[in-house]
Amino acid sequence: MEALWSHLPALQIVIPLLGGVLVALVRRGSLAFALTLVVSWVLPVVSGLLLYQVLSTGPISYALGGWPPPWGIEYRVDVLNAFVLMLVSAIGAIIMPFARRSVALEVGERRSAWFYCMYLMCLAGLLGVAITGDAFNAFVFLEISSLSTYVLIALGRDRRALVAAFRYLIMGTIGATFYVIGVGLLYVLTGSLNMVDIAQRLAVAPPEQARAMVAALAFLTVGISLKLALFPLHSWLPGAYAYAPSWATVFLSATATKVAIYLLVRFLFSIFGGALDLRSLPVAEILIALSVAAMFIASFIAVYQSNLKRMLAYSSLAQIGYMMLGIGIANQAALTGGLVHLVNHAIMKAALFMAMGSLFYRVGTVRLTEIAGIGRKMPLTMGAFVVAGLGIIGTPGTAGFISKWYLAVGALDRGWWVLVFLLVASSLISVLYIGRVIEMAWFRPAADGLAEAKDPPLSMLLPLLLLAAATIYFGIDTRLTAGIAGEAAQFLLGGLR
Amino acid sequence: MQAFLAFADHYSYVITILLMVGGLYIVVSRSNMVKKLVGLSIFQTSVYLLYLEPAKIVGGTAPILAPDFTVYSNPLPHVLILTAIVVGVGTLALGLALVVRIHEAYGTIDDDEIKPQDGG
Amino acid sequence: MNSDVILRVGTKLILPFILLFAIYVQFHGEYGPGGGFQAGVIAAAAVILVAITFGHSAAKRIAPRGLVEHMVPLGVLIYAGTGVACFFLGGNYLDYGVLAHDPIHGRHLGIFLVEIGVAVTVSGTMVALFYAFVERGR
Repeated sequence: MEALWSHLPALQIVIPLLGGVLVALVRRGSLAFALTLVVSWVLPVVSGLLLYQVLSTGPISYALGGWPPPWGIEYRVDVLNAFVLMLVSAIGAIIMPFARRSVALEVGERRSAWFYCMYLMCLAGLLGVAITGDAFNAFVFLEISSLSTYVLIALGRDRRALVAAFRYLIMGTIGATFYVIGVGLLYVLTGSLNMVDIAQRLAVAPPEQARAMVAALAFLTVGISLKLALFPLHSWLPGAYAYAPSWATVFLSATATKVAIYLLVRFLFSIFGGALDLRSLPVAEILIALSVAAMFIASFIAVYQSNLKRMLAYSSLAQIGYMMLGIGIANQAALTGGLVHLVNHAIMKAALFMAMGSLFYRVGTVRLTEIAGIGRKMPLTMGAFVVAGLGIIGTPGTAGFISKWYLAVGALDRGWWVLVFLLVASSLISVLYIGRVIEMAWFRPAADGLAEAKDPPLSMLLPLLLLAAATIYFGIDTRLTAGIAGEAAQFLLGGLR
Repeated sequence: MQAFLAFADHYSYVITILLMVGGLYIVVSRSNMVKKLVGLSIFQTSVYLLYLEPAKIVGGTAPILAPDFTVYSNPLPHVLILTAIVVGVGTLALGLALVVRIHEAYGTIDDDEIKPQDGG
Repeated sequence: MNSDVILRVGTKLILPFILLFAIYVQFHGEYGPGGGFQAGVIAAAAVILVAITFGHSAAKRIAPRGLVEHMVPLGVLIYAGTGVACFFLGGNYLDYGVLAHDPIHGRHLGIFLVEIGVAVTVSGTMVALFYAFVERGR
C-alpha cells in the first residue's frame, strides 16, 4: 500500500483505463457491470485522498515515466483540479447503480458491455484532462473522452441519436482542432508544453509576442467553448442529450461540460492570466455577454420544448451561462460562484436527468403531454424532480441558491447591478419551464396508460434520492463546496497579472 | 520584392491557412456527411503542417547522438503530430461508422434529406 | 471466389514477405524507423489482402473475429500492465528504467513490451474495422 500512496495521480487514470480494457475483454453484461461498479467506487477514494493531500500539503507533481517536468508529461494536482477530479469521480460513483437496469433497457443486454467500456474510457479521458499538466496531453485526453462520448450517444435507441452523435463529432472535432492550433501557437512561442512552464515563459516574453499570444488565446477560447457548449457554439448539445441513452445523458450533463470549463479556467487564469493583461482585452465582456445571452435565450427555448430531456438540455445551456458568468466577472465571489455551480449544477442536473431516466424506465416516454398526473404514481421520483428543479430555479435553501448568491455578490462588488437584475430575471424563466412539468405531473388527473406506473426499483431510486438530498444539504452546509471553490478561486486570482 | 520575400519566408503558413479555411468551409457548406468528414480531415491536416513546419531545421538530422552531427531536428513535434494523426484517424473511422449506420437508418447520407424525415 | 490466377498466386507469394517485414519493423523499432504501430498495420494489411483476394471467409480462418476483437483490449492491457509493473518495482508509471538490473536495459525491455502491446492493438483494430465495414454491406 505504501508503494501505491505516491502513485495516486497515475492511479486516478490507470484504474478506469484498465477497467475499461478488462470490461472489453470479459464482454458479459453482468460481469462488465460489476467491474464498472467497482472501478467507479474506487475512484472517489483515490480523488478524495488526492484532495486531502493537496489541502494539507499543497500541489502534487507526478512525473510520468520518470521524466522530470517540463520535459516529460507531468500530472499536476492543485486545489482546482483536485476539486474537479473529486466532482467527476464522485458523480460517477453515485449514479453508477442507476445504470444497470436503465442501460439494460435502453441499450440492450448484448451491447451493454461495450457501453460500460466506453463509459470507463470517457471517465479516464475526463479525469485525464483534469489531472494533466501538459497542454498537448490534455488534447489527447479530451479526444479520448469525446470519441467515447460520441459512441455513448450513438448507442441510443432512437435513430436520431446517430445524427446527434454525428453532429457532435463534427463540432467536437472542430473544437479540439482549434484547441490544438492554440496549443501549437503557444508551443512555437515558448518551446514548451508544460502548463506551468508555459505560464512562466509567457510571463517574461517580449512584448512583440503579445499578438501571437492573443491569437493563441482566441483559438483556445473558441475551441474549448465549442466543447463546453457556450451559447452560440451549443448546437450539438440539445440533440445529443435528448437522444442519448438516459444514463449517458445523466453522466455527460454532470461531468463532460464541467471538465471543459475547468480547462478554459486553467488556460485563462493560470496561463494567460500572468502573461497578458486580460483586463485590456475584451475577454470578460465577450464571456459575460455570451453568458447572459445563454441564460435568457436557452431558458426561453426550454420553455417551448415538449420533450423533457431536450428541455433539460436547454436548461443546461442556460446553467453553463451562469458558470461562465462567474468566470467572466472574475472576482473572488463571482469566481467562487461559477466554480461552486460546477458542483451544484452537476448534482441537480444529474438528479433531474435520473428522474427522466426513471420515467422512461417505467412509462417509456419523456414527453410532457403524456405524463399528466404521474406525480401520484411515482411520488418519490417526481418528488426528487421537484427538489432538484427548485435547485435549478435557485430557491433559497437549495444548492442553486448558493451559486447564484455568490454570483450576485460578485456582480455587486463590481457595481454591475444590472447583472444582478438579469440573474434574477433569468431565474424567473426557469420557474416557467420547471413549473410546467410540476404542474403537469402533480396537478392533473392521471392520464390513461399510466395506471401501471410506479416508482422505479431501489437501485435506481437511491442515487436519485441521494442527489436530491444533496441539493438540499449543499444549500445549507457549504463548507465542502463553496469552501473549496473559494480556495480554488483565491488560488486562480492570485496568478493574475 | 520585400513583400514577396516576406511571403516566400512564410509560404508554409499560407498553405496551412488555406487548408484550414478550405477544410472548414467544406464542413460548413456541404450537406453530404462523407464530404463533411473529408473537409474535417483536411482541416485537421492543416494543423499537422502548423506543428511540423517550425520543427524542420534545414540540414538537421534525426536526433540520435553521433560524433559527425551537431544539428538535430526537434523530435517532439513529430511525435505530437503522430499522436494527432492517430486521433484524427480514430475520429474519421468513428465518423464513417456513424455515416454507415445513418445510411442504414435513413437511406440517405445527406443532412438536408434527414431533417424532413424526422419532422424538421 | 476470384479466379484470377495472377492475383491468387501473387498473394500467396507476397504474403510471407509482408509478415516477415512486419516482424522486422516490429523488432527493429528501437533502433530505426518502425515500431509497433507500423508493424501492426503491416500485419493487418496481410490479413486484409487475403480477404480481398480469397474472400472474407478465408481471412476469418486466419484471424477469427473473436480473436481480433479480443486483441484490441489485450494490447492496451499489455501496455498499461507494463506501466503498472513499474509501480511495483519502485518507479513511476511507465518508468521503464526499473524493469531490469540497469536503466538502459530496463528502458530497452520496457519499450519492447510496450511496442508489442501497440502492435497487438493496432493490428486487431485494423482488421476489426475491416471486418465491421465488410460485413455491414451484406
